[in-house]
Amino acid sequence: MNTQTMTMDEPRVVGGIQKTRPIEEIKSVVIRFVGDSGDGMQLTGNEFSKSVARAGHDFATHPDYPSEIRAPTGTLFGVSGYQIQFSSGQVFTSGDAPDVLVAMNPAALKTNLPDVKHGGMIIANSGAFNKTNLQKAGYQSNPLDDGTLTDFRLYTIDIADLTNQALKDTGISKKEIGRCKNYYALGLMLYLYSRPIEDEEQNIRAKFAKKPEIAEANVIALRAGYAYAESTEMFVSTYQVRAADIKPGRYRSITGNHAAALGFVAASELAKVPLFLGSYPITPATDILQELSALKHFNITTFQAEDEIAGICSAIGAAYGGVLGLTTTSGPGMALKTEAMGLAVMLELPLVITNVQRGGPSTGLPTKVEQSDLLQAIYGRNGECPIPVIAARSPADCFDCAIEAFRIAVKYMTPVIFLSDGGIGNAAEPWRIPDPAKLRPLDVWFRTDPDGFQPYARDENLARAWVRPGTPGMEHRVGGLEKHFLTGNISHDPFNHERMVDLRAAKIAGIAKDIPQLEVEGPQSGDLLIVGWGSTYGSIVQAREQAEAAGKSVAHVHLRHLNPLPADLGDLLARYKTVLVPELNLGQLSKLLRERYLCDVIVMSKVQGKMFKVSEIYDRILELC
Amino acid sequence: MNQMTEIKPLTRKDFESDQDVRWCPGCGDYAVLAQVQKLLPTLGIPREQFAFISGIGCSSRFPYYMETYGMHSIHGRAPAIASGLKLARPELSVWVVSGDGDSLAIGGNHFIHAMRRNIGLKIILLNNRIYGLTKGQYSPTSEFGKKTKTTPLGSIDRPFSPISVALGAGATFVARTVDSDHPHLLDTLRRAAEHRGTAFVEVLQNCIVFNDGAYDALANKETRDDARLLLEHGKPMRFGKDGSKGIRMRGFEPEVVTVGEGGVTEADLSVHDESAANGGLAFFLSQFAAPLPVPLGVFRAVEAPAYETLSTQLAADARAQRGSGTLEKLFNSGDTWTID
Repeated sequence: MNTQTMTMDEPRVVGGIQKTRPIEEIKSVVIRFVGDSGDGMQLTGNEFSKSVARAGHDFATHPDYPSEIRAPTGTLFGVSGYQIQFSSGQVFTSGDAPDVLVAMNPAALKTNLPDVKHGGMIIANSGAFNKTNLQKAGYQSNPLDDGTLTDFRLYTIDIADLTNQALKDTGISKKEIGRCKNYYALGLMLYLYSRPIEDEEQNIRAKFAKKPEIAEANVIALRAGYAYAESTEMFVSTYQVRAADIKPGRYRSITGNHAAALGFVAASELAKVPLFLGSYPITPATDILQELSALKHFNITTFQAEDEIAGICSAIGAAYGGVLGLTTTSGPGMALKTEAMGLAVMLELPLVITNVQRGGPSTGLPTKVEQSDLLQAIYGRNGECPIPVIAARSPADCFDCAIEAFRIAVKYMTPVIFLSDGGIGNAAEPWRIPDPAKLRPLDVWFRTDPDGFQPYARDENLARAWVRPGTPGMEHRVGGLEKHFLTGNISHDPFNHERMVDLRAAKIAGIAKDIPQLEVEGPQSGDLLIVGWGSTYGSIVQAREQAEAAGKSVAHVHLRHLNPLPADLGDLLARYKTVLVPELNLGQLSKLLRERYLCDVIVMSKVQGKMFKVSEIYDRILELC
Repeated sequence: MNQMTEIKPLTRKDFESDQDVRWCPGCGDYAVLAQVQKLLPTLGIPREQFAFISGIGCSSRFPYYMETYGMHSIHGRAPAIASGLKLARPELSVWVVSGDGDSLAIGGNHFIHAMRRNIGLKIILLNNRIYGLTKGQYSPTSEFGKKTKTTPLGSIDRPFSPISVALGAGATFVARTVDSDHPHLLDTLRRAAEHRGTAFVEVLQNCIVFNDGAYDALANKETRDDARLLLEHGKPMRFGKDGSKGIRMRGFEPEVVTVGEGGVTEADLSVHDESAANGGLAFFLSQFAAPLPVPLGVFRAVEAPAYETLSTQLAADARAQRGSGTLEKLFNSGDTWTID
């Protein structure tokens, strides 16, 4: 915890709350809520993040949950967590190490304790530290009183029992009472961090509108937790984080998947062309399908297909029909869609394929982050089969990338792969809500003039014309067999094939002319350039800033376009003595850079299903310059 | 619409593309192509409203020969592609042309789910009981024990009936016809074209190179009346050269009887009912095997809402309830806050 000032003895009012104890003002804090996957930790974390958002903080979150839905209670593998960093300054990651750990049971403590900052605060739900749970977590003795936690500031609170007492007269069942304890914990934390609870009460009533008795019970639990923190002598002080200096505007908290969904709707509205999503549920991409399924009052059709292949194939069919075709998936689903992507390349139809990457290979780590599908996206198809690839750097950036993907797809009549990942798909950050009127329109043109029409004639971007079936006089056939360069009829002519292979490659390479000039943070030339892509953005930005503050010459460029690569990248790489590429894989972008620019780069690899810590990148920078 | 009335009536020629048809001379596919080209101008649908989608296999070359919109896609996926097209553009008349390998092996999943949803596709499956394009390997409809290039000692795969599969998937229109009987083929295709929802037609089709004569008994005018049972809605199941044979049920077992012999009268025969809510009768017919005749015609034709209609309705309801979506409202929904 980054403590800036001070103690004070006078009672004072903060956020509408009468404070009767010292308030420590801190710059930023990292809090992690952990418990059983059924304990409601995702909800607690989410609600807490909403509250800090309303206070005007910048923040970033990281939900970390197991792939089991409700793993057996109390087990190590069933632990679900939600981490948030909020600050009075800019926040780019959910934080390296928690300042505060709220642990609902021994398993949660055990699995998360190694991450907690030395001297950090631990709030433990002591009632859950019983013999059975300790055994399940593999504790020989109770860590709350055997000295394990002497290096931490430990607060033991029997949250389950206190919740029980608070709710015993409400008439709801024991099981239902058990489900309210996360709101008790939330109440505690809201008090500790000087947040009002009125907004949260409203949220609860809205969320449980159909079950007023449950809403009431949760409100009581919330208030009880809040009151307990206020009245107990346990907490010496409470904490306050000043509002961040954020660009004025209207904000909302948004996850990467939600932002992507909104971006796709925006693309459809900007293009004035309906959107069709064909998809099959797969973690961690399912949210996009769910979000769009609830937006049928837009020009959106969602189709939960029978499998991944039908997901993309239905989108190809829709694109042939003249709408924006979209499919969403994660790694294993990408593998299944491969053949159809090749078809889309041959048909030269606009289509967006979204891969919210997860740990691989095979089923891998469904709920964890990894960036190991980059080479698959660029190369993973039979034949010479170029597809443009772009990647989002943060949750909010998914919005822009979703629109950008369709912009490329319709302008160049090509499938486009949009890479997100489990790290940003589920993580949230504040999103400055754009003015729809100021979003750049997306130009779509359908050819309707049959005069001189050739299905595979091309414009200056080498794109063929998009023709909607139903247009009189322009009936034509497309297909996966090699086709004549103008008529689109089947052609096995050797030189025609070579010509088509070259044309398809040149078309995608030509997209480089649309890629904006790269923006470099830090010196324009010098000792060290960090090249990043995708969700490593936040960690790299913060590490670079810290290194710069420590007097190091470090630059950072973050790539959105990965195929084709930006035209000015080669020159940029040549301006630095050393190039470092941090990636959550074994060095896939590094391979591309070496191959493309004959430039040596240093690979910084991590494949633990986790984001880079800022400190990991910072330490590597210090080793290099 | 006024414009349309001025357009001269379409003919079969209007549906022939400029591409040379490249099937083997004598292939049963020619007959299907000819009958489809004969049928389409009679349906009152403008030519540009047709789209033919195929997968891979001999039959899947079909779209190239049709002067309509079309796509020759990838193996087994035509129903999925066609479903997306139909959902995006419900007003189009979307046809799928496929084979026994394309629909029943590699594309089995898409085949059954299209029918389960009852999406408005016309699916024609050309069943020659062999893989032709890869030159003679057994297919999911090849007979048990059949010797092919990949089953030199005889196939140990048990075949299944496309009609049974379609019925099992809940298809609302299921029919079978044969390439050699052009009027029957045309009639059956017309019924399929007029059906709302998924219409499935199995065409028993001869592969002259790799499985020649598979349906000789049905093609030969001398034998076909004894080999086939022409299904007619509401009519007793009679067949045979002089129509004297019939199908009688003994419990759940069908048997061939002769009307006028052993006290059997027409009243003893089973009566075909294609619109029965219960698909039992259709399934029972789909399982007919020698010495029972091969049923041809419409096994099942029932009314059910088409998937694309329901999908359109959902969107209309959502708009009626919430108004047409605006980005302004969408972006600003949920928990927002303002920084001054």
